[in-house]
Amino acid sequence: MGRTLAEKVWHNHVVRSAEGEPDLLYIDLHLVHEVTSPQAFDGLRGADRPVRRPDLTVATEDHNIPTIDVDKPIADPVSRAQVEALRTNCAEFGVPLYSLGNVEQGIVHVVGPQMGLTQPGMTIVCGDSHTSTHGAFGALAFGIGTSEVEHVLATQTLPLKPFKTMAINVEGDLPEGVSAKDIILAVIAKIGTGGGQGYVLEYRGSAIRGLSMEGRMTVCNMSIEAGARAGMIAPDQTTFDYVQGREKAPNGQEWDDAVAYWKTLFTDDDAEFDAVVDIDASTLTPFVTWGTNPGQGLPLSASVPSPDDATDDVDRVAIERALEYMDLTPGTPLRDVAVDTVFIGSCTNGRIEDLRVAADILQGRKVKEGMRLMVVPGSARVRLQAESEGLDQVFLEAGGEWRGAGCSMCLGMNPDKLTPGERSASTSNRNFEGRQGPGGRTHLVSPAVAASTAVTGHLSSPADLA
Amino acid sequence: MEPFIRHTGTAAPLRRSNVDTDQIIPAEYLKRITRDGFEDGLFSAWRKDPDFVLNRPEYQGVSILVAGPDFGTGSSREHAVWALQNYGFCVVLSSRFADIFRGNSGKGGLLTAQVAQSVIEELWTLIEADPSLQVTVDLDARTVRAGDLTADFEVDDYVRWRLLEGLDDIGITLQHSDAISEFEERRPSFAPLTQ
Repeated sequence: MGRTLAEKVWHNHVVRSAEGEPDLLYIDLHLVHEVTSPQAFDGLRGADRPVRRPDLTVATEDHNIPTIDVDKPIADPVSRAQVEALRTNCAEFGVPLYSLGNVEQGIVHVVGPQMGLTQPGMTIVCGDSHTSTHGAFGALAFGIGTSEVEHVLATQTLPLKPFKTMAINVEGDLPEGVSAKDIILAVIAKIGTGGGQGYVLEYRGSAIRGLSMEGRMTVCNMSIEAGARAGMIAPDQTTFDYVQGREKAPNGQEWDDAVAYWKTLFTDDDAEFDAVVDIDASTLTPFVTWGTNPGQGLPLSASVPSPDDATDDVDRVAIERALEYMDLTPGTPLRDVAVDTVFIGSCTNGRIEDLRVAADILQGRKVKEGMRLMVVPGSARVRLQAESEGLDQVFLEAGGEWRGAGCSMCLGMNPDKLTPGERSASTSNRNFEGRQGPGGRTHLVSPAVAASTAVTGHLSSPADLA
Repeated sequence: MEPFIRHTGTAAPLRRSNVDTDQIIPAEYLKRITRDGFEDGLFSAWRKDPDFVLNRPEYQGVSILVAGPDFGTGSSREHAVWALQNYGFCVVLSSRFADIFRGNSGKGGLLTAQVAQSVIEELWTLIEADPSLQVTVDLDARTVRAGDLTADFEVDDYVRWRLLEGLDDIGITLQHSDAISEFEERRPSFAPLTQ
């Protein structure tokens, strides 16, 4: 029997396999950031162990940093101590680090692909659940905890039980104005936040093939919100074209060798998935979340659901709690939900293509009075690219804020936060209670819906703009 | 790591599904660079409510958490495991755990025991009727016992063995250093380097 894409990549990285034990898998690239690494480096120090492969390891500062006044010392002493711990650890263990102010700094999942470090067929890990992003290149990429970070630093391997595989077939033409974000929000709403547990998802079908690399990264990024540690897309010419010429991409004969290998990375016709989900792309519309987990989403044209729609008691309680937290009334059209802040950024939607979509909508328009629009590029290079295209001026002239690169308002651990009760439309990935700041209320949306919402003041798509 | 064979203690009912790691420990608390002191951040938003289960006098001193389905979803932060352990929890019971959280728990010595949702419901009823009820989670026998209830739980065989023996993963892997070196010699030359 043939193999799936995930099984091929797995098979090519098995260092050791023994009955009754997990496989020992080699890790090609280990991405590191300040939040989940300090205890791991402490562990190495305590056991007098070196980093086995600092040349397969790279660090950046992203979660805990401000996105304004980045040339000044970090104001919060606890945040500053954590960032300084990363700098000390990287210097001591020989790990390359892109610090605040360096042109390569940015969100770890934006930096890897843009440097060309993320390539097809690799195994990639990071102490961050959105490592699934890199699966867009046909890499097996997943988030790990701090004990596993220490394990990879010490051994460049991880003991792992094989995953099951799930095909997500998205066939058909995406309607105008429907994006990668809408695809993945629809997938999560369909299979639930636990639907992917134990699986690697492989996104397939004509609608996926038609996406740019940025769009594919958005889809794979949120695999974890469906419970799957990893999501993958088979590499094709779109992938090769994106990688070619980047700083860390192979050149000359090595490029030809690499492409020849990458072309073997697809699911064989006679391979079998453990589960299959079919989605008709032509039926998709702009999607938004109404609740407090990413599975609680609906088309923008729908209304806030009622606990009476629940399938069981557990679901009923979950809907009741979510409606209370979100301060929403069943039956309210989602388009009528008024928003205070729009956040465009994150490892989900902080790439140049996302900013172009938002700028295209905001060109010649104004942010509704009383609303806040924050635009945060995913990396320093994305920021420079956007500025060279004049996108920053579009956001500023519309009345928005243009900031430095980082995780920013995606998670409430840096100065960019919602205040209690404040409601956002956010291009990020998690609408958990308090995720964007204690008491904050989050609606997950695409960049196009975010920009449209900034203009109207309530959840909107570009079709709603005059 | 200390071996984990069985644990007996009182238990708290957490009647919520999809308890994500942002609820277990919000990002604000992740700035620390140590592995301890995270108990203050455990469920910090919910603990502002005086009626929250962990604030009630009858559930002080609990060491077992009985939670709804899909416990530990979201962020990979291992601080969620440390926060539960720092607070005093040794075991979490749920009908379904998120993969990364479950893996992190196994590394850190927190037992995540998976039982049917019907067992969770029975346990909720028992420990709400008698919060002082002693609950025993026996990793060796893979059973949970409380009053007249005895139920089997699921745990990964390899994780169970490691917990029973109290073994350190890195030490086990380093015994295979030669195999790792041999693999490294076979890696393609086009694979990227970070420096």
